[in-house]
Amino acid sequence: MESLNVFAARLWPTENRFASGHRACQGCAEALAVRMIHGVLGRNTIVASATGCMEIISSSYPDTAWTVPWLHVAFENAAAVASGVEAGLKILVKKGKLPKRKITVVGMGGDGATADIGLQALSGAMERGHKMIYVCYDNEAYMNTGIQRSSSTPFGASTTTSPAGSLSVGQSTWKKNMPMVIAAHNVPYVATVNPSFPFDLASKVRKAQAANGPAYLHVYACCPTGWRMAPELAIAIGRLASRTGVFPLYEVENGKLHITVPTPKLSPLKEYIQPQGRFRHLDDATVAEIEKRVEEEYRKLERREGLVL
Amino acid sequence: MAYQNARPKWTELAVGTAVTCPGSSRATKTGDWRSARPVWTNEHCVKCGVCVIFCPEGCIQFQADGYPTADLDYCKGCGICPHECPTGCIRMQDEVE
Repeated sequence: MESLNVFAARLWPTENRFASGHRACQGCAEALAVRMIHGVLGRNTIVASATGCMEIISSSYPDTAWTVPWLHVAFENAAAVASGVEAGLKILVKKGKLPKRKITVVGMGGDGATADIGLQALSGAMERGHKMIYVCYDNEAYMNTGIQRSSSTPFGASTTTSPAGSLSVGQSTWKKNMPMVIAAHNVPYVATVNPSFPFDLASKVRKAQAANGPAYLHVYACCPTGWRMAPELAIAIGRLASRTGVFPLYEVENGKLHITVPTPKLSPLKEYIQPQGRFRHLDDATVAEIEKRVEEEYRKLERREGLVL
Repeated sequence: MAYQNARPKWTELAVGTAVTCPGSSRATKTGDWRSARPVWTNEHCVKCGVCVIFCPEGCIQFQADGYPTADLDYCKGCGICPHECPTGCIRMQDEVE
């Protein structure tokens, strides 16, 4: 049995490119997602990282948790710097100053750096067709500076700048559909990724790496601190997010949409909302309203399965 | 590999304050954040490796005998491994002085 490697989990790349000793909170699924993605991407990788949780926790000077070349850039230009790195590598190889080999250029940022502040640079990089991967780690608020709302915060979530109260439901707008914004750029590969589904994650990261042009991965990253929940539930809540339809897992490959984890019967939204303190103030009527909208969005996605967008 | 937590003076900084030792965060032992530690009962463990891939710290590794265990220098005690373990062979034990 031992020699057959029958357990798929044991085939997971064991090398840790995001070293231990980083300062992420207990149960940070974002740090887990970084570790998983870079385990799959391998060592020939250059990362440009926007300001955010992952920059703060991994690179408090003079330490670094990274074992691959890594640049810290400003909040808004991670995608621009990554595209510059890619263009630089291309010309160095052309002039013969670097041996020709496959180097993956990765831009990474949180939801604030992607959906709000860095959207312009990201849109430019996607449109110019650089062969790079942009990874958005979506923890649904500005967690690094103290849980302020972003355009990626879901409806009803209480944050420090959208506090729940007698006259407020918390965040009053719906989450921005970032993967579809990028899919509208007609890039070869766009996918939503969830670290609670590691094998789905691995196959999507490999596809993004092999894509002939820009690829975009939108990663669901549970933040126990900002979502006011128990750290041990971080993986379980990610699983529930996809089962309830809050964060459907799909990919758009050359414009064609495919749902990779189909969920014909969605779980009740209550299961997802209950463990999270940020939704504690919601009454049953509001939850039912959100559930209806989530279901609507998911069925809309289902109807587009297999279609060229 | 030894990871030195060297704090250079400002005159000694590299250009662009580049950090030249990859993975040097290993010098920071985050294990002292922990209030409970994961303990494995190897008789019930099926060596599936679910705890290994879901550890946010990456501090759970397979031992030479094939059973996983956590590196307590870095384990922050989040409790994901006992929660995700399919056989329930991991439990959290409170840290005592």
